[in-house]
Amino acid sequence: MAGGNPAGPSFKRKNAMSVDTATVARIASLARIKVTEEEIAAMVPELNGILAWVEQLGEVNVEGIAPMTAVIPNKQRLREDIVNADPLTGGDVQDKVLSNAPAGEHGFFGVPKVIE
Amino acid sequence: MTDLTDLGVAAIREGVAKGEFTAVEVAGAFNAAVAAAQPALNAFITLTPEKALEAAAAVDADRAGGKALGKMAGVPIGMKDLFATTGTTTTAASNILGNFVPPYESTVSQKLWDAGAGMLGKLNLDQFAMGSSNETSAFGNVISPWRREGSDAQLAPGGSSGGSSAAVSARIAPAATGTDTGGSIRQPAAFTGISGIKPTYGRCSRWGIVAFASSLDQAGPMARDVRDCAIMLEAMAGFDPKDSTSLDMPVPEWEANLNADLRGKKVGIPREYRMDGMDADVARVWDEGIAWLKDAGAEIVDINLAHTKYALPAYYIIAPAEASSNLARYDGVRYGLRDLPQGAGLQDMYAATRAAGFGAEVKRRIMIGTYVLSAGFYDAYYTQAQKVRTLISRDFMDAFQTVDVILAPTAPTAAFGLGEMVSDPLAMYLNDVFAVPASLAGLPAMSVPAGLDRQGLPLGLQLIGRPFDEQGVLDAGLAIESRAGFTARPAKWW
Repeated sequence: MAGGNPAGPSFKRKNAMSVDTATVARIASLARIKVTEEEIAAMVPELNGILAWVEQLGEVNVEGIAPMTAVIPNKQRLREDIVNADPLTGGDVQDKVLSNAPAGEHGFFGVPKVIE
Repeated sequence: MTDLTDLGVAAIREGVAKGEFTAVEVAGAFNAAVAAAQPALNAFITLTPEKALEAAAAVDADRAGGKALGKMAGVPIGMKDLFATTGTTTTAASNILGNFVPPYESTVSQKLWDAGAGMLGKLNLDQFAMGSSNETSAFGNVISPWRREGSDAQLAPGGSSGGSSAAVSARIAPAATGTDTGGSIRQPAAFTGISGIKPTYGRCSRWGIVAFASSLDQAGPMARDVRDCAIMLEAMAGFDPKDSTSLDMPVPEWEANLNADLRGKKVGIPREYRMDGMDADVARVWDEGIAWLKDAGAEIVDINLAHTKYALPAYYIIAPAEASSNLARYDGVRYGLRDLPQGAGLQDMYAATRAAGFGAEVKRRIMIGTYVLSAGFYDAYYTQAQKVRTLISRDFMDAFQTVDVILAPTAPTAAFGLGEMVSDPLAMYLNDVFAVPASLAGLPAMSVPAGLDRQGLPLGLQLIGRPFDEQGVLDAGLAIESRAGFTARPAKWW
């Protein structure tokens, strides 16, 4: 989401932003990556090193500059609204779609129970 | 008979067309070279000698039948294992895709097969193309065929297209595909004394290439010389309706129009690239490159690319942000690895699968990307980085008001040793300092070998061009190539 929090941290702040073990644990949870406490401890200084380094972007005056959205100008194209316009990405390929599924069952992707 | 593995793309194609040797003989020679080198170099993840022979036999049959031959007819190539290949495992050098067998073919690889190329195998790379040394692969390091004078220490072939660079420089493949997100074609080409070009963003379809950072990823050829790159890029490029960012433009005849006469051209030298403490050999080769382009008739112009120092930090926000989003698809449900601990629910399965399947560098980048995109931080990091990206792109466009092409080093150092940088992710990132700005601006950029450093290792020079002006880049590359006289190759120890 593109919500800017006006009260949130800014590059203009004097003190570098940094993460602690609780923040790293929260990021890992958001990223759906299981991490051990040892891994978190190792990641804290690594991520802080990288974050402190990217902090220098705050020096740049970006007054009135629009964020990049398309690096090379191009026009949006829509494909024709036809079923199976492209046989590769259209329907009737259930077997192919399921061919790499870890648990393809009865024409569906099998997953563990979702409701506890 | 000449050793067929000494031939490049143009020579193989010509020899096959003239009947000096058959495509099957060429494929056999390279298959044997690959098999012999694989235990030492580990350049490939999957070998497909039968595919190389099958494509070669088809070319020989076409020739016998008097049919027209394609641009790459009879040329066996290595395919970076980031391109989906029907029926052949495509891993992105990650355990999470260790058993993934695509039921479809990437657009770029299909175009190459249609042009008469054959596949020697799937080349090793940094995991998900994240790395500059090929040390993040789940299938082991690629060992560069190059060694420092008087040393047998193992060197990095560069990354992420390290299998590609090692294979081409070891003469076990005449050419290979690469992909470049922040230098992944150019830096490995420079490290191994070969040529490689990243075209304008959108020239090559991204369809069927495992995504890393979609606004930056571009495929391109890696080969022994500029002409071979031009030939192969023609075969790879072209409009693809399946990629919404594909350029709907005709593919120029880059090879036929190659011209190393640069009279009337202006070459920009960006002063910001001449950094404090620059490696003396890198600086020397850059100066030689300036003299060669002058000799080719070009006028040399000093230019400013004022925001150069911010390119790398901007890249290390934008690329991980896009990666964290792209790699969300690896969830253990539809394809790839699944790790389902006893009694685990769906969320636990996602987290366990991703913990087991991704390597450390991939996790690091997903974590950074997740953080910079998270609520409250998005504007401070991501929006700021995209604004800086606009400024970097504007610097280039301003420079191209005056100059036709820009000359700079490809990398700040020659190849480093395996293990020398792994403990410091930031130091590794800094190796892409000269390559990343052109990536952020979507510009065509090429590395050509220009000389050796004091330890006998190759150094590359980089040409950066206007959008869509691959020709200008290739022409200036050819002017350097024809004057550098770079003939060094690694002594065969494998």
